[in-house]
Amino acid sequence: MLFLGLTAFAILRLRALFAVVMLSSVYSLVSAALLVHLDAVDVAFTEAAVGAGISTVLMLATLALTTRHEKEPTHTSLLPLVVVFLTGIALVYGTLDMPRFGDPSAPIHHHVAPKYINDTGSEIGMPNIVTAILASYRGFDTLGEVTVIFTAGIGVLLLIGAFIREPDGNTIQTMEHHLVLRLVTKLLIGPILLFALYVQFHGDYGPGGGFQAGVIFAAAFIIYALVFGLETARRVVPGRVIRIMLAAGVLLYGGVGVISLFFGQNYLNYSVLGSTAVAGQHLGILLVEFGVGMTVAAVMVSTYYVFSGQIPPISDEEW
Amino acid sequence: MNWNDVLGLFNYWMVIILMMMGLYIVVSRGNLVKKIVGLNIFQTSVFLLYISMGKVSGGTAPILTGKPEVFSNPLPHVLILTAIVVGIATTALGLALVVRIKQSYDTIEEDEIQKADEEMEFGKPSGDSKP
Repeated sequence: MLFLGLTAFAILRLRALFAVVMLSSVYSLVSAALLVHLDAVDVAFTEAAVGAGISTVLMLATLALTTRHEKEPTHTSLLPLVVVFLTGIALVYGTLDMPRFGDPSAPIHHHVAPKYINDTGSEIGMPNIVTAILASYRGFDTLGEVTVIFTAGIGVLLLIGAFIREPDGNTIQTMEHHLVLRLVTKLLIGPILLFALYVQFHGDYGPGGGFQAGVIFAAAFIIYALVFGLETARRVVPGRVIRIMLAAGVLLYGGVGVISLFFGQNYLNYSVLGSTAVAGQHLGILLVEFGVGMTVAAVMVSTYYVFSGQIPPISDEEW
Repeated sequence: MNWNDVLGLFNYWMVIILMMMGLYIVVSRGNLVKKIVGLNIFQTSVFLLYISMGKVSGGTAPILTGKPEVFSNPLPHVLILTAIVVGIATTALGLALVVRIKQSYDTIEEDEIQKADEEMEFGKPSGDSKP
């Protein structure tokens, strides 16, 4: 926790934006380690993949498109300091009434959580309680979240997607001439993709699921595009296919819900999909998670395509 | 207030410090990329707050193993797991806005954007008002 504080302070003081972005990546990695310690393995997984991976790449792409240095602030920063300080004091005063850390009798542990923990085994039949809640008990929430992600992806495409330079064939810019990078990438991509699939379909049993798998899948793609060039990556999976996947994921999620309506059950109640309730839940969660993974991966990859499609070629000497 | 209380609340206090640092960056820095990094710090501190509340001492990760065990509360995990991915999607949207602002204004400093806006609305500041 202290280390996190130090990193955040360094981010506050530094003016070189490149270092700021790198530090925020370190910050995410440290907080992922902390989350594992707090028993939130699924969350730590996501934070490591998202914070230390994808967001760093996106931030760096933005820096390449804008500027790498922050200007001196022109106005005094005394007022914000006072406001922030007062808010902090008020919040600390609020914590005095909070249940102590790790207290099993805290109110949060006595509402719906015991039901989830006790009944997941018999009702859903999968060991990972987090996945069961995510996809089944709270399927509505997750559908909403996926729609938000979908909307954000569409927003990015609308905002800057129209300005992608058309591929013109002769300006393919790659790092292919770096022997080490090329070999390591070739070695890594296979295992990363395999790992993404494992995380996707093994999310019922261990930590993992559609959200994490989508991000990891996208990470493999972004590495490929970084080293072998955007045009090559576009040739493997064209932007059009990605955009179709973007919508298909949400559609799959919503569609599973509609199917359970046809069987005379509530929306997103998977129990009717299989021969037994537990089998139905398994099938439903598998499909829904697949939809989530598809949308998340598509949003990440298309965002990366759009961002890096705008960067004018940078030669090696400039770095 | 004894030593136990201090230890029991330490996590929440660190969360608040992180949160306030993020807020301070957002409010006081003019650079739009820096603002987004500040927002991310704020966001992570909220994640840590939720997960800290879900922790049960002596508990373990909420994955059923067949043995009776104490589990940490899985509900905050679910909420935060999705929040992280939504967070990166909205961050990407924010960064896309920054890129568009750069294309239109040729700067990502808040002051300069404001100045450009005023000039567009009221014309050049007086002194060189003659066209």
